[in-house]
Amino acid sequence: MSRNTMPTDVENWKSEVYGNEIREHLFEFAERGFDSIPDDERDAWFERFKWWGLYHQRNGQEGYFMMRIGTPNGVLKPGQLRVVGEIADEYARGPGTNPIFGDAYADFTTRQSIQLHWIELSDVPAIFEKLEENGLSTQQACGDSWRNIVGNPVAGKDGQEVIDAWPVIRDLNETFKGDDDHANLPRKWKVSVTGSADGSGQGDINDLAFEPAYKDVGGDDGEGGGDGAEGGERIVGFNVRVGGGLARNEPRFARDIDVWVPPERVSDVAGGLSALFRDHGDREDRYNARIKFLVDEWGPEEVRETLQTEYVDFDLETAGRDVREEYTYNAGEGERNDLIGIHDQKDGRNFVGLNVLVGRMGAADVLDLADFAEEYGSGEVRLSQRQNVIVTDVPDGELDDFLAEDLLEHYSPEPSPFMRGSVACTGTEFCSLSIVETKNRQVRFARWLKENAELPDGVEEFHVHLSGCTASCAQPQIADVSLRGMKTRKDGEPVEALDVGLGGGLGEEPGFARWVTQRVPADEVPGAIANLLESFADRREEDESFRAFVARHDDEELDALVDPEETDYEDPMMHNTKRTWYPYAENDGLEDAPPVPADD
Amino acid sequence: MTTRLRVLDDGAWISVDDHREIRVSELWRLDAPGFCSCDLADLVVENFQEVGVDGSRVEARVYGQCIACGGAGITDWLPVGRVRGGEFVELDRSCVRRTRRE
Ligand code: HEM
Ligand code: SF4
Ligand SMILES: [Zn+2]
Repeated sequence: MSRNTMPTDVENWKSEVYGNEIREHLFEFAERGFDSIPDDERDAWFERFKWWGLYHQRNGQEGYFMMRIGTPNGVLKPGQLRVVGEIADEYARGPGTNPIFGDAYADFTTRQSIQLHWIELSDVPAIFEKLEENGLSTQQACGDSWRNIVGNPVAGKDGQEVIDAWPVIRDLNETFKGDDDHANLPRKWKVSVTGSADGSGQGDINDLAFEPAYKDVGGDDGEGGGDGAEGGERIVGFNVRVGGGLARNEPRFARDIDVWVPPERVSDVAGGLSALFRDHGDREDRYNARIKFLVDEWGPEEVRETLQTEYVDFDLETAGRDVREEYTYNAGEGERNDLIGIHDQKDGRNFVGLNVLVGRMGAADVLDLADFAEEYGSGEVRLSQRQNVIVTDVPDGELDDFLAEDLLEHYSPEPSPFMRGSVACTGTEFCSLSIVETKNRQVRFARWLKENAELPDGVEEFHVHLSGCTASCAQPQIADVSLRGMKTRKDGEPVEALDVGLGGGLGEEPGFARWVTQRVPADEVPGAIANLLESFADRREEDESFRAFVARHDDEELDALVDPEETDYEDPMMHNTKRTWYPYAENDGLEDAPPVPADD
Repeated sequence: MTTRLRVLDDGAWISVDDHREIRVSELWRLDAPGFCSCDLADLVVENFQEVGVDGSRVEARVYGQCIACGGAGITDWLPVGRVRGGEFVELDRSCVRRTRRE
C-alpha cells in the first residue's frame, strides 16, 4: 500500500523551483496559454504560483486566479489606489456576477492586503507590469515565506504613536521580499510591527510580533524597564513575541520571548527568527509547520536561547516596559476598537477611517475614492486589519466637503455599529477550503441587524466576524460574536450553518471566543444575535462591556442566551453553495461551470 | 500507470492525477463506530489529512464533525473512489462509508 501525503510533495516542488525563479516560468505559461502547463505538473505549478500572489480559485472556476497584492502596513502611496481600481476594472471580471457587488471589485483583507478575483493567467504579465511600475507587488503575498507585513496603518501619522514603525516596516519589506535565504520557509511567516499604543497591529495573532516598549539603558539599573531612566537613557524600541496564529482549531497568542530590540536591530532579530523557523520548522507535516507549534514544543526560553546562540551576533536585551495596558484595538472595551471616524494626526491634519462593509469595494468606487483622496488629502490611502480604508492627510478646512461626498454614505466614517463591526472572509464564492458562503451573507446579516437589533445604552461597538472554515481568515476568535462555517440538517435537508462563539478580543489580556453554540442554521443566526443582545441588555451589570458579560457566564448559560430563531431574515444561500460553480449564478450547478478562459 | 494522489491547499481537496476530484464541505454517511456515538455518523468533511490507494481503492483520512452528535476528529481510512483503467471514479456521495478492517 502506498501513501502519498501532501508535505513531501509540496516540499519536493519547493526544492525544485521556488521563490523568484517561479516568475519566468509563470510568464512563459502566461505567454503560451493556460493549457501549456503540462497536465502532470499542474498541482506543482499552482502551489508555486502562490509565492507570486496567485491562488487558483476553487473548482468550477478552473483557470481563474485570485491575485493578492501585498501592501506593507496597508500603505498605498498617492496614486496607488487608482492603479488598483484600474486593474480591478480591467481584469477582475469573470463569468460570475455578484448580486451585491457586481462585476469588478477589490477586497481589502484582514492582513492589510488587496485581493482581486477572476484573474486570467494570460493577463498576469500586463498586470505585474502595471503594478510594479507603480511601486506595488504581489511577491510573496501567498506561499511559504514572508507575507505582507502588518502594523498600525497610520504609522508615522497617528497622534497616539509611541514610535514610528513605518521606516522599520519598509526596511523589513525591502530586506526580506525576494531574499533567497528566506524565500522557502516551512510555512507562511506573518510579521507584525506596531509603533502605536493602541494595539492596532494585532501582533498577538502573528507568527512574529514587534510591539512598542521602553528600555532604560546605560543607567544604574541596566536591566531597565522602569519608569525613570536615572543616569541612563530611555529608548523606545520593541518587545518581541513569537508564535501567534488562529488557524485550524489551534489558536495561539504570540508568546513573549523576553527580548527588547532597538529599531535599528529589528531586521537582525526578525531575520534570525525567520532563519530559526526555516531551519527548525516541521517540513514533514504541513499541519504542524507553523512556528506556533515549535514554540509549543520548545517553550519561549528555548526559542530565545537558540536565537541568541545561533542566529544573532550581539547580546539580546531583556524585554522592556510595554504599553499593552493602553491597547484598545479589537479589545471589546473602551474607545478606539477600530480606526473608523475622524482622528488627529501628529501634524495637525486628520485621518478619516471609512467603513468598507466586509472589505469589498466595487472598482468604480475604488476609483472615486482615489480621486477624493487626492482632492481632499495627499492622495494616500491606508488599509486596516478590520478590512477598512483610511484617507490620510485631510486638513481641517477640507473635512466638511469630504464628508459631504455621496460616496461616504456607503463608506461611512460614522456607520451603524453592526456595519462597522462586520468582518468576513472569502468563503464559497472563491475559496477551496470553505464550508459556507460568507461575504454576501455577512452583508445581509449586518443590514438586518441594523434594522432589527439594538445595543444597550453606551455600547457603541459590536464586532461580528464570519469565517467560512477553521482557517480563520476573518479572525473570528477575536470578536464579540464569532461565526464559523458548518453544516446541519433542517427538516432532514442539509443546510449551511454556523458555529457561534462569544467574547473574544485582543487588548492587554487577549482572549479567544468560546464556542458556546454549535451548528445554528444560517437563517436563524441573525435572530440568535438579536435575542442574545436582548438578554445582554436585560442582565447587564451597570455599564459592563459585552466581553465582560460573556466572561462572567459559563458556556451553558451562554448557549441558552444565544437562542436561534427564524425571523423575517431570508437567506438565499442555504443549499450547498460549494456544489455550485458560483453560488449566485442562475444556473449554478457544477455541470454549468464555464470553460477555462480562452487565451486572448 | 501509477496514480498521483495528493491532498492540497491545506486539506481543501484531493487531487488525482493533477485534477481536483474530491472537495471538502460535503456530508458523508459513516459506519465508523469508533468515530462518534452515532450508529451512522453524519460527517461534515472539513479537511483531508492523507490520501492513499489500496489496490484500486482510493482512501482518505478526514477531519470532520458529526452534525448529529457533535463528535469531531480524524477518521480512519475511508473509501473515496476507485481507479479503473487509469480513470478515477468518485464514490457515490450518498453511500455509507466503512473504514477498512484489517
Ligand atoms: C482564495 C481564498 C483564500 C484561500 C484559499 C485561503 C487559504 C488560507 C488557508 C489555507 C489558511 C490557513 C493556513 C494555516 O494553516 O495557517 C488561511 C488563513 C488565513 N488567511 Fe486565508 N485564504 C483565502 C483568502 C483569505 C482572505 C480573503 C484573507 C483576508 C481577508 C485571508 C487571510 C488569512 C488569515 C488572516 C488567516 C489566518 C491564519 C492565522 O492567523 O493563523 N485569507 N487562508
Ligand atoms: S476562513 Fe476558510 S473559507 Fe474563509 S477565506 Fe479562509 S480558508 Fe477560505
Ligand atoms: Zn455522531
